[in-house]
Amino acid sequence: MDSEDTQRASRSERVRRQELHLDGRDDLAARAERHPMDEMLREDRLPHIWCPGCGLGVTLTCFISALQKSGLDLDKVCVVSGIGCTGRVAGYIKLDSFHTTHGRAIPFATGLKLANPDLTVVVYSGDGDLVTIGGNHFIHAARRNVDITVICVNNFNYGMTGGQAGATTPVNARTTTTPYGNFEYPFNVSSLAAASGAVYVARYTALHVRRLEQAMVEALLKPGFSFVEVISPCPTGYGRFQQQQSGLETMRYYRDRGRLRSEADVHQAGIVLGGDIIEGKFVDLERDTFGQAQESGLKRAFDKPGRDGR
Amino acid sequence: MTRGTVSVMEGSMAVAKAVKACRPAVISAYPITPQTHIIEMLAQMVAQGELEAEYVRADSEFSAASVVAGASATGVRTYTASASQGLLLMTEVLYYLAGARLPVVLTGTNRQVSVPLGLQPDHRDTMSFRDSGVIQLYVENVQEAYDTHLQAFKIAEDHGVLLPTMVCMDGFVLTHVVEPVRILDQVDVDGYLPPYEPVHYLTPERPSVFGSYTDDANTLEFYYLLQQAVLGAKAKVELAARDFRAAFGRSHGGLIDSYGAEDAEVVVIAMGSTVGTLREAVDVLRREGAKVGLIKVRCFRPFPAEEVRQAASGADAVAVVDRAMSFGFQGVLATDVKAALYDAPAANRPVVMGTMAGFGGREVTIDTVREIVKVARQALDGHLPAPDDSNFIGLKPELLPVAGPG
Repeated sequence: MDSEDTQRASRSERVRRQELHLDGRDDLAARAERHPMDEMLREDRLPHIWCPGCGLGVTLTCFISALQKSGLDLDKVCVVSGIGCTGRVAGYIKLDSFHTTHGRAIPFATGLKLANPDLTVVVYSGDGDLVTIGGNHFIHAARRNVDITVICVNNFNYGMTGGQAGATTPVNARTTTTPYGNFEYPFNVSSLAAASGAVYVARYTALHVRRLEQAMVEALLKPGFSFVEVISPCPTGYGRFQQQQSGLETMRYYRDRGRLRSEADVHQAGIVLGGDIIEGKFVDLERDTFGQAQESGLKRAFDKPGRDGR
Repeated sequence: MTRGTVSVMEGSMAVAKAVKACRPAVISAYPITPQTHIIEMLAQMVAQGELEAEYVRADSEFSAASVVAGASATGVRTYTASASQGLLLMTEVLYYLAGARLPVVLTGTNRQVSVPLGLQPDHRDTMSFRDSGVIQLYVENVQEAYDTHLQAFKIAEDHGVLLPTMVCMDGFVLTHVVEPVRILDQVDVDGYLPPYEPVHYLTPERPSVFGSYTDDANTLEFYYLLQQAVLGAKAKVELAARDFRAAFGRSHGGLIDSYGAEDAEVVVIAMGSTVGTLREAVDVLRREGAKVGLIKVRCFRPFPAEEVRQAASGADAVAVVDRAMSFGFQGVLATDVKAALYDAPAANRPVVMGTMAGFGGREVTIDTVREIVKVARQALDGHLPAPDDSNFIGLKPELLPVAGPG
């Protein structure tokens, strides 16, 4: 191993050792000094821009924890984000990361994965970015079964620009562009992923962190287009217009109305304002990834008798 | 006497009020900073029944521009707004609108273009439409933004023009600033801007087609006609400003506006909110004994070449303050000014100095203008850099990579 390889290998090891407090720092004082996830965050970019009560910090904690538990070589993980509050994840996480243009995180990620199939490519972005302006890319990457993991933090509005209605805003929800309630039918994002061909689809709220983290681990390790929808509070842009003044109130709502139903029909599990939130692992199936399909397709074409003079 | 009731409001609100007074039938937009307040306020007006219009919350800027294109093709007045990446995403449709001669009015709330990702204004976004056939008006303050939106519909819908028209206003500096604005009564606006009377539009009574296929048989002629239309808009921009002055007693200039340029040795040329600072700078520098003047380019496309030529004819040097750059060449406005002056007689052809300032929202202060005038004076003394060596005013050397050996 040359020194560069050693360095690379040592980083994942370092993170793991830190997680397990194996570095002789397992006394309380030392632990208080350093957060177990410090190694995974770009401290020079902190404090972050997220509002008090926002669910994004929780989702990021779950994600980092999932990465650490997945056993993946962290030097081969790349995080791709689009634009928006969730899009800032790519800037905060201390991995190779790619902050792209609005709606286009999935095509950027597709390019990354195809050019370097050894990478684990994760798209981490919001509902406005992934299924509104970027909806076309979303369905086509799922259709092709590109081997990437997409984590969609769904807060039902465009939070960064101040709370406008998007394609996920529930009927009757009030936003700055729907002051008397939204009248457009929204996307059920998990249903859209499943219908488009995703091989793994799960949805959890930002309250149900253990299940969320487990879903992220599974999605990271699943070959093909794996998708995790995280229902997350946005008190500033969305909640306050729906009588949920704080993130905590929204979390209480998740506690009261979250329903674990992995056996549910994902297409019937749409989000209704004030209704139950159906959570669970809706899809987990096997299908050739884009790369595998391409390989076997070419093999079929060239193995045909009569081709190439044979 | 200048007309209208003074209210203190945010620039975005003034634009929303202007658009509302113009009675568009269809509005479609996608949120992007710093345009968002405009479209939020219009959404509110539509929801409350104050404005009878269809409001479509599109799924992207590309869709928003396409929605208003479709609506405009049926012969109704339409409006959209965007900024930065959002405008760039509209690009394909804006070229279409110009070619199809659909007089959509849109606001470009100027914001820098990623990468680097930022929210502050420069002109790289809107000036990328230089060659599209879209008419572009740059405004200096909130009152001008309000007034120019009324004029924009009049210009766009003129039967000799029929072109999309973009009002460009610097993000935050104009969209989020709170200023006193004179708001006109609806009856006065209706008197100035009559209902839109479309010439070509889709109707079952008279089937027609927009955007059909063509080839080398008539493409050149098509472009010739488009060029005639855009050039012809010059007179209409002037006319709209003159009519506005006659009706409401105020003017922000027509194609250009000049301030102290008549007897100036050094004339500074700029667009947008920077012009306000430049007016102040002209006063300060004149008090200090420097004969400095100002030309505001209000209409960037069609470009007022003749008007700039005349206004700058007495100057020894012209300094252009550019907030957009054509990388590999020079400032975009400077290029146009140089081209315009090429046709001036040698005796009335000042030296032109391009300068880069105000990028990513970096303040252009009176000291910046001092520096710009100094550069122009150096040019006069014969220290003219190579044409592609643009003058980046206030460049911070400490942020640049240290040159290695060799």
